[in-house]
Amino acid sequence: MIELTTTRANPMIDPTMHVWGWEIPVYLFLGGLVAGMMILVGYLYFSGRHQNRDCACFVIPGLGLLLLTLGMGALFLDLEHKPYFWRLYATFEPASPMSWGAWILLLVYPALLAALLLRLPAPITRRFPGLAELSDRLLGEPIWLRAVGAANVAVGSLLGLYTGVLLSALGARPLWSSALLGPLFLVSGLSTAAALVHMLARHPEERVLFARADNVFLGTELLLLALFLVGLLSATEVHARAAHLLLDGAWGALFWVGVVALGIVIPLGVQIAAVRHKIQHTPVAPLLVLAGGLALRFVLVAAGQASHWSPL
Amino acid sequence: MAILSRRRFLQIGSGAGLAAAVSSAAPGAGWADLLGPAAPGDRIETVPTYCDLCFWKCGAIAYKKNGRLWKLEGNPADPLSRGRLCPRGTGGVGTHYDPDRLTAPLVRRRDRGDEEWVEVTWDEALAHVADKLRALAREHGPESLAFFSHGIGGNFLKHTFKAFGTPNLVAPSYAQCRGPRDIGFQLTFGEEVGTPERTDIANARCLVLLGSHLGENMHNSQVQEFADAVGSGATVIVADPRFSVAASKAKHYLPVKPGTDLALLLAWMNVLVTEELYDRELIEAHGFGFDSFRAEIALRTPEWAYPITTIDPETIRETAREMARHRPATLVHPGRHVTWYGDDAQRSRAVALLNALLGSWGRRGGFYYPASLPIPKYAGYPDYPKSARGPVDNPDGRYPFADLGLTNGIRAATLSGEPYPIKAWFVYATNLLQAMPSQEETIRAIQKLDLLVVVDTHPSEIAGWADVVLPESVYLERHDDLNTEPFRRPFVSLRQPVVEPPADQKPNWWIARELAGRLGLEAFYPWRDVEEYLDARLSGAGLSLAEMKRRGVFEGAAQPLYFDDGVPEEFPTPTGKIELWSPQLAEKGFDPVPRYTPHQEPPPGAFRLLFGRAPVHTFSRTQTNPLLAEAMPENEIWVNADVARRLGLASGRRVRLRNQDGVLSDPIAVKATERIRTDCVYLVHGFGHTAKGLRRARGRGASDAQLVTRYAVDPLMGATGMNVNFVTLEEA
Amino acid sequence: MARFGMVIDTLRCVGCMDCVIACKTENEVPEGFCRDWITTEVRGRFPTLTMEIRSERCNHCDRPPCVTCCPTGASHVEDFGSLVLIDHELCIGCKACLASCPYDARFVHPDGYADKCTFCVHRVRKGEAPACVAVCPTRCMHFGDLDDPQSEVSKLLASRRSHTLHPEAGTRPRIHFLT
Ligand SMILES: Nc1nc2c(c(=O)[nH]1)N[C@H]1C(S)=C(S)[C@@H](COP(=O)(O)OP(=O)(O)OC[C@H]3O[C@@H](n4cnc5c(=O)[nH]c(N)nc54)[C@H](O)[C@@H]3O)O[C@H]1N2
Ligand SMILES: Nc1nc2c(c(=O)[nH]1)N[C@H]1C(S)=C(S)[C@@H](COP(=O)(O)OP(=O)(O)OC[C@H]3O[C@@H](n4cnc5c(=O)[nH]c(N)nc54)[C@H](O)[C@@H]3O)O[C@H]1N2
Ligand code: SF4
Ligand code: SF4
Ligand code: SF4
Ligand code: SF4
Ligand code: SF4
Ligand SMILES: [Mo]
Repeated sequence: MIELTTTRANPMIDPTMHVWGWEIPVYLFLGGLVAGMMILVGYLYFSGRHQNRDCACFVIPGLGLLLLTLGMGALFLDLEHKPYFWRLYATFEPASPMSWGAWILLLVYPALLAALLLRLPAPITRRFPGLAELSDRLLGEPIWLRAVGAANVAVGSLLGLYTGVLLSALGARPLWSSALLGPLFLVSGLSTAAALVHMLARHPEERVLFARADNVFLGTELLLLALFLVGLLSATEVHARAAHLLLDGAWGALFWVGVVALGIVIPLGVQIAAVRHKIQHTPVAPLLVLAGGLALRFVLVAAGQASHWSPL
Repeated sequence: MAILSRRRFLQIGSGAGLAAAVSSAAPGAGWADLLGPAAPGDRIETVPTYCDLCFWKCGAIAYKKNGRLWKLEGNPADPLSRGRLCPRGTGGVGTHYDPDRLTAPLVRRRDRGDEEWVEVTWDEALAHVADKLRALAREHGPESLAFFSHGIGGNFLKHTFKAFGTPNLVAPSYAQCRGPRDIGFQLTFGEEVGTPERTDIANARCLVLLGSHLGENMHNSQVQEFADAVGSGATVIVADPRFSVAASKAKHYLPVKPGTDLALLLAWMNVLVTEELYDRELIEAHGFGFDSFRAEIALRTPEWAYPITTIDPETIRETAREMARHRPATLVHPGRHVTWYGDDAQRSRAVALLNALLGSWGRRGGFYYPASLPIPKYAGYPDYPKSARGPVDNPDGRYPFADLGLTNGIRAATLSGEPYPIKAWFVYATNLLQAMPSQEETIRAIQKLDLLVVVDTHPSEIAGWADVVLPESVYLERHDDLNTEPFRRPFVSLRQPVVEPPADQKPNWWIARELAGRLGLEAFYPWRDVEEYLDARLSGAGLSLAEMKRRGVFEGAAQPLYFDDGVPEEFPTPTGKIELWSPQLAEKGFDPVPRYTPHQEPPPGAFRLLFGRAPVHTFSRTQTNPLLAEAMPENEIWVNADVARRLGLASGRRVRLRNQDGVLSDPIAVKATERIRTDCVYLVHGFGHTAKGLRRARGRGASDAQLVTRYAVDPLMGATGMNVNFVTLEEA
Repeated sequence: MARFGMVIDTLRCVGCMDCVIACKTENEVPEGFCRDWITTEVRGRFPTLTMEIRSERCNHCDRPPCVTCCPTGASHVEDFGSLVLIDHELCIGCKACLASCPYDARFVHPDGYADKCTFCVHRVRKGEAPACVAVCPTRCMHFGDLDDPQSEVSKLLASRRSHTLHPEAGTRPRIHFLT
């Protein structure tokens, strides 16, 4: 029996660390979503399959810019020393995933803008007819399409991985010390992005395609999640204890219900039924996937902060 | 590397004692760049003084940054602190900045205890008090005034009241603290342990602590020496119902049943005597009544003590032999707060006797002979008037061995009006409601008074009952009398102002002198201000105030400490010997050799209430200090982990304590811990404030004093044993 | 170049918190925050107990994750004594370093930047010991160059049993506790 007491009572640190509130999970979620969107868009352009993919190709880039900006807003809100925000861009720290992230975010904008340029929203083309001409010309250039596609896939992948690596690099939190966190967040980003597309898409073909894709992503995500937990459980006692925070600890309910059941398993079932035409397509499933993606970030950020090396 | 050699140089520098103190007191000459994290342009000043967060009076150096108090450090030239203050001393900065301090004299507006005040000027307040006192003296005599004080700050007021003509001057540090110990030792060796304790902890090879929880009890020099003893591998033996910090350093931890230490002590002596392990030479040369003592002690075997103390006989024998192995450098610590069970003078006598058998008195590693610097008293005072009547606190010598005033005796006389009425209490720096047992009796006594004046720095509980409250400046803002307590080497230290008081607070010497003036006692204050007084005393010893202001401390020449160094082996008891069997006690009808009598046990389901110190607080006086309150904002009730489990109480759960008389405490958090016996609970004294003005402290934790409704009075000398209360735990 | 560290004798330490309070006044640490703290670890069953009391703070790790994760270079290793320090003017308050420290040694200063123990670099530069070391009444704390075999800290480490905190975290902490 060990009795451990400490006199420390620092805000955000004691009794359990809680430095990040809602802002960072929201930022990670939106970042992942945008990453997924970029990969999907990029893939379609790169492979020349953008015909009849109106939603993915023409709605998503603009939406992505918007969501990313919201995400960065959340990140900014989280900073404690806001007037010094610009210091992020006064240096590049190669060892710091967060520094990588800051610069990756800067690459996201031109990549998405380039994609956006291929089919500008109507209000813009109405005001600047010249731009509309330009985007029509570019749409006809296969090289350009491949370049934009490749850039979006590449930057999107970096962004998606980074949202996970950001946490897994903070080795002091046993729950996060898993190399699977990057891939997990990447796949989760893809699944939420695909869900968003098949929710918004008007064209039935596009809808089915993305629902299919989403099912693959969701399945992969479930697998990665399982591997992630098994990995922790089979590592040190400290890591196992961290895994138990999700399995049967303070975050158990949110994890099992919010992330696994409502966020993955149920929508997966619904979408499988839908693509097999057993039931109608419903926006409920993709909405659940999106909510599940957000819940995943919330659970992992919150439980991860509470996980600790010491037995306190 | 350069850095380190510089550091070595500094250590040598501070080892050179006074030189370092002088230099650091005079920044500029080469030292300026060594002072603190001063940004360029910061103005750093240092002022030496001595600490008042408790009565140990450690020499300190106060640092100011740009005129504001910044930090306090130990004065390297000071023998008490050896350059390091205790946590309270370091946190003394917070006393100056404490926003809960009193700021102006207050006169009661409504009923006593309502804490409703009118702010008045000093002139009005003092005139009011002087008028009242003069009227009382006319009607009831000056003896009807009693003065309660604690600490050196009371010296000048004591002077005023002696001049006024009252003999009733008392402090809680006697009958609520160390009185029984000093009587127990006096009865045995003819000398008391005194304060600072003459314990040679640093050189002890075996240190025995009964309760004395050094490390939590933070009396600085003792803690430093304790660490030195532990560091040098001394054997530590701790008897305590609670696994104290000291216990964690001990080779032998004896979880003694509370209230049975006397049986343990007798059994230890039994082993030393029956196994002939005691210091025969010393006892033959200087012992009185050894044969009677031996006969008495023969019955007190470890087997006899076992069921009483719950300490098994083998452990008692082993620890006794361990003590004998290291004698005479075996120090059985006499304790300090020994007012536990009402038989405390006899228990202390047993401690003295055990030390006598071990030959530790006057020996290295035992009790040394302290010396104080012969600084003369102020010469220019008239004689005090003779009081017509003697003190009221101990009528007819009811407590034959009491040699100082009893606070509880004054209270009893106030309640009964016998032997003569007490009509006014003047209280200086003692929170009688937290320091004395039975708040109910204290409040009843206060209601009988015509006048209660409290000089305090804070709107304390006792101030809440006052008719007039006088706000004092804190120690960092004032002068006080010189500290000349006896120690290893004689020394004197000076308290002097570091910063200005933040509002209309005044120092005690000013209050005492102004009051004397209004009482027609100007003749007793021939000096213009306190500096003149201090300079006069210092010059009498060939020192000067100007020099002391720079140094803070002056140490005299080393004196012999032990018999071996040439201290004469003299024992100023009536027999001139170490009284193992005491004719003095026999004559008054007490046990000439201490005997154990059982104390009442807690009723089933109840726990004995024990209490003690936390390193960062002093009694009830530091809980509003921002730095110290932050370090420990409230106390907890320690409950044995198994008991807590049985009661369904987890750590952090809030409970109230109800004592045997139905008194219910404020809510307090449970600390479920392996570190305490199952038959008692423990909390840190000083919390659970109720005074409205103590905003930071009010409602934080529970007060042990509130639950000490019962107390056992020591028949030898009148002290109040307070560990005799029982509590149960209730949902808060 | 020196490699500063601390060696703290848990046998002498009494958990008095003097080190905590001295740090607060010396460094004007704002109310409600602390750069050092006391941890108490009790093992066993009454009355057979052991208790270790430790004065803890930033370990100025040899491999400081707080420095690697910092996106602005605000957290850095100072050449002087290889101390881990924070440049307030570079810090954006992202808190990655707080999350990365296995010892929870950091906090966010009310002014917005990450803060923690500096090993009292302002004093050490002047040849003084850190405030917590200098104040400790039990003299249980020692500060010095761990790379210098002649230093007091190195000698103590060589002569006694000791441990560091969470060595499994791989940070190579530079505060050693003698037992
Ligand atoms: N930090 C700090 N230090 C202080 C003070 C302070 O206010 N704050 N005050 C100073 C003053 S004036 C005094 S008098 C001293 C007091 O300090 P001590 O003389 O050390 O105090 P005690 O009341 O003897 O000790 C309390 C301890 O005795 C144990 N105890 C309780 N009952 C018994 C018993 O029946 N038998 C045994 N063997 N142990 C028992 C308790 O568990 C606790 O560990 O502290 C001094 N030092
Ligand atoms: N229940 C219980 N009672 C106890 C004890 C216990 O452990 N438990 N301990 C006993 C012991 S050992 C002792 S020595 C006594 C101590 O008893 P006290 O010395 O009475 O201790 P405090 O309760 O701290 O009360 C001190 C008062 O002085 C005020 N004060 C502080 N500094 C100054 C100053 O500079 N000037 C003025 N004018 N006022 C000041 C404080 O605000 C406070 O009101 O208590 C004894 N009584
Ligand atoms: S023991 Fe502590 S509080 Fe008491 S005088 Fe010394 S430094 Fe001050
Ligand atoms: S000051 Fe020293 S003895 Fe006190 S807690 Fe700190 S390290 Fe321990
Ligand atoms: S203890 Fe924490 S803050 Fe300090 S250097 Fe190590 S990782 Fe960084
Ligand atoms: S909070 Fe400041 S010091 Fe810490 S990682 Fe962020 S920028 Fe660096
Ligand atoms: S080294 Fe200085 S900053 Fe660090 S804990 Fe000690 S006093 Fe505080
Ligand atoms: Mo006391």
